[in-house]
Amino acid sequence: MYGKGILKGLSVTWKRFWDTYLEDISWWVRGKKRYNSTEGIAHRSSKNTRGIFTVQYPEEKLITPEEFRYIPFLVYDELEDGKKEVRCTSCGICAKVCPPQCIWIVRSNDPATGRPVPVPTEFYIDMDICMNCGFCAEYCPFDAIKMDHEFDIASYNRNVYDLEKLLKPATYYAEIRPENATREDEARRAKEAAKAAKAEAKSAV
Amino acid sequence: MTAPASTQTVDLAARFPQSVSADARPGYSGFIVKKENLVEVATAIRDEFGYDLLATVTGVDYLAENKMEVVYHAFKTTGGAGLTFKVQVDRVDPVEVPSLINVWAGVDFQEREAYDLLGIRFTGHPDLRRILMWEGYEGHPLRKDWKEAFFEEETKPFKSRWPDGKFAFAEENNPFRDNLKFPADFDPEAYQPETEEDLYASLERHTLKGDGLNTDHIVVNMGPHHPSTHGVLRVAVNLDGETITGLKPVMGYLHRNHDKIGERNTYLQIIPYTDRLDYFNSMSNNFGYVVTVEKLMKIPVAERAEYIRVIMAELSRVQNHLIFIGMLMNDLGTMYTPSLYAFEERELILDIFEAVSGARMMCNYFRFGGVVRDIPDFVLQKIKDLVYDRLPAKTDEMERFLNENEVLVARLKGMRVLNAEDAIRYSVTGPVLRAAGVPYDLRRAEPYSVYDRFDFDVALRHDGDMMDNYLIRFDEIRQSLRILEQALKQMPEGPINSQKPQYQVRVPAGEAYGRIESPKGELGFYVVSNGKPNPYRYHVRTASYVNLQALEKMCVGTKIADFVALLAMLDIVMGELDR
Repeated sequence: MYGKGILKGLSVTWKRFWDTYLEDISWWVRGKKRYNSTEGIAHRSSKNTRGIFTVQYPEEKLITPEEFRYIPFLVYDELEDGKKEVRCTSCGICAKVCPPQCIWIVRSNDPATGRPVPVPTEFYIDMDICMNCGFCAEYCPFDAIKMDHEFDIASYNRNVYDLEKLLKPATYYAEIRPENATREDEARRAKEAAKAAKAEAKSAV
Repeated sequence: MTAPASTQTVDLAARFPQSVSADARPGYSGFIVKKENLVEVATAIRDEFGYDLLATVTGVDYLAENKMEVVYHAFKTTGGAGLTFKVQVDRVDPVEVPSLINVWAGVDFQEREAYDLLGIRFTGHPDLRRILMWEGYEGHPLRKDWKEAFFEEETKPFKSRWPDGKFAFAEENNPFRDNLKFPADFDPEAYQPETEEDLYASLERHTLKGDGLNTDHIVVNMGPHHPSTHGVLRVAVNLDGETITGLKPVMGYLHRNHDKIGERNTYLQIIPYTDRLDYFNSMSNNFGYVVTVEKLMKIPVAERAEYIRVIMAELSRVQNHLIFIGMLMNDLGTMYTPSLYAFEERELILDIFEAVSGARMMCNYFRFGGVVRDIPDFVLQKIKDLVYDRLPAKTDEMERFLNENEVLVARLKGMRVLNAEDAIRYSVTGPVLRAAGVPYDLRRAEPYSVYDRFDFDVALRHDGDMMDNYLIRFDEIRQSLRILEQALKQMPEGPINSQKPQYQVRVPAGEAYGRIESPKGELGFYVVSNGKPNPYRYHVRTASYVNLQALEKMCVGTKIADFVALLAMLDIVMGELDR
């Protein structure tokens, strides 16, 4: 029969159309919120999603996975006396590995001796050139530069971030990437313990 | 399953002792052919030795040796290793090499590209115009003595960034120092912009004399902004009434000289740039590039990483073919309902990419010797859910939705695309070649990674019409799902990289051509290393670019209304086409 294929296809459209309402009713019966709730958004991006699929940005936002990466930031530790300890030692690996070369670092020098001090005086990242590849965070040996989760930063100007704008506390990092932060902290503590043990063994001799 | 004889070699030098010699430079392979005998040798390679598919033509500028080299990579559609042959000429303008267009029609665009970017003139090429740069452009950007605007240094990393990196906008530095070239007799007062007479002249317009009524051929420019061209591609179509009598694609609107960027970058820095080639399949692009560099570095790949790579590449293939099906429907006028159904499944696959690599499309996930990070358990579960449950069911639903639709069948059935001989002649690879009845799939023809461990069929159709080209995408999705199921079962535990993470890799001097079966066809990378941290020559052979050569052959004789659908069959993507 001519038109059978079209009807068969339309049955798929028809099913998809009703799925949205059936799903809405089933969520309503269970007393749960399908829209504007984390649970609802998670369900809509799971393998069981049926019917309407879209997420209404900016009212609703997709849940970003831990590994999600967007523009880098610098991590600092908050010391007990309220001082900021910048993790960056201005070793320059991030600037060397950066594919579009958008990282600019001025290394500090001790005015008395003229020797380099492991703190950056100036640190710039041109966010409009940054390609969000994540190499800087991946190859940083001091866990000092990390990729952010904040993605809606559209503006009318060129976004060149300086040290002040780049620095974010380690607590923020632990918040957006809990698993990575825990793993890295443990590794760093183990390394420091090993170093201390070695120094102790040396002084004992 | 018989393994193809990948060790087979051809002794070309014994067959042509006068004109061919083996390439003896350390790290290099293949044969060097004398320029005068090139056409004769190439014909023998095709006819006597059976290398019927010419994959790549590209040039290398050896500035120090004052030589230009043209490199050819020929393959057999029955599978196995390829044959590399080269021609060396002095680097004195005009650099001339005979064109092989009468041996393999598929050298057309690639010779034009080598002419455009390296200034190698292919004598005998019927339409040797610039292809990626614009008409009237002065200079050849891939020559080693050429410099781009905002030129800073020959290679990255730039010294101005550290340790004294005082920030400055690149455009505030003088952008035109020694990198702006004009023709010797250039006079801005008398300058007349070049017209496109060359382009239109290549279309052979003429007036048809009828009985008392003369009719003209008419040129219609499709694009560069026509939505059906999948980006900014322009096609000048010559029409006789509604019948296409000839056409020429005009490209380069998205050209950024990916090859040159690659030569400025270090080996590692190229990986995120390959993401931007075929931006739908960044995983496949990464795959092709790291396979090539691993060949040069001669390093093993961690076992678990091999499986992760295969899983990612096959997921990528599934979502690419879903887009193809959805976008084909858009091109045919079925606006948005089917394409959004396809995008829904794609979205779920992109969620997986995002969770493992950090980005949905620009994944940057592969490293030399392995991958960046392991797949987290919840993602592995999601991949299993999709592969075992959802995707097979949704593929079935998509078929139920579209395949028997009478309007679609009437539109696609019996509309020829390419036959097998033409497809091979024009170096077409990928689903279009397989739909024409040639079972040429690199995962089988020359298995890379761990593809030789999986049981799957090469998707094949025989009619080569539009319906076959459309249905073969469903076949390939099913085969990919088969591979995925096996890969998920076989995946071993273990490390995900055989190397220590390092931001500067050592690559021994030499050359390598690596290729993979990307969803659109053969994706090849030709890399020449001179032992420095940056590649000396880096060339990408993309499927979209080479496949587009067959467009004229496909379209001549059909109606203008079918042009859009025929273009969609090639599944081009601009990031890869213009590079």
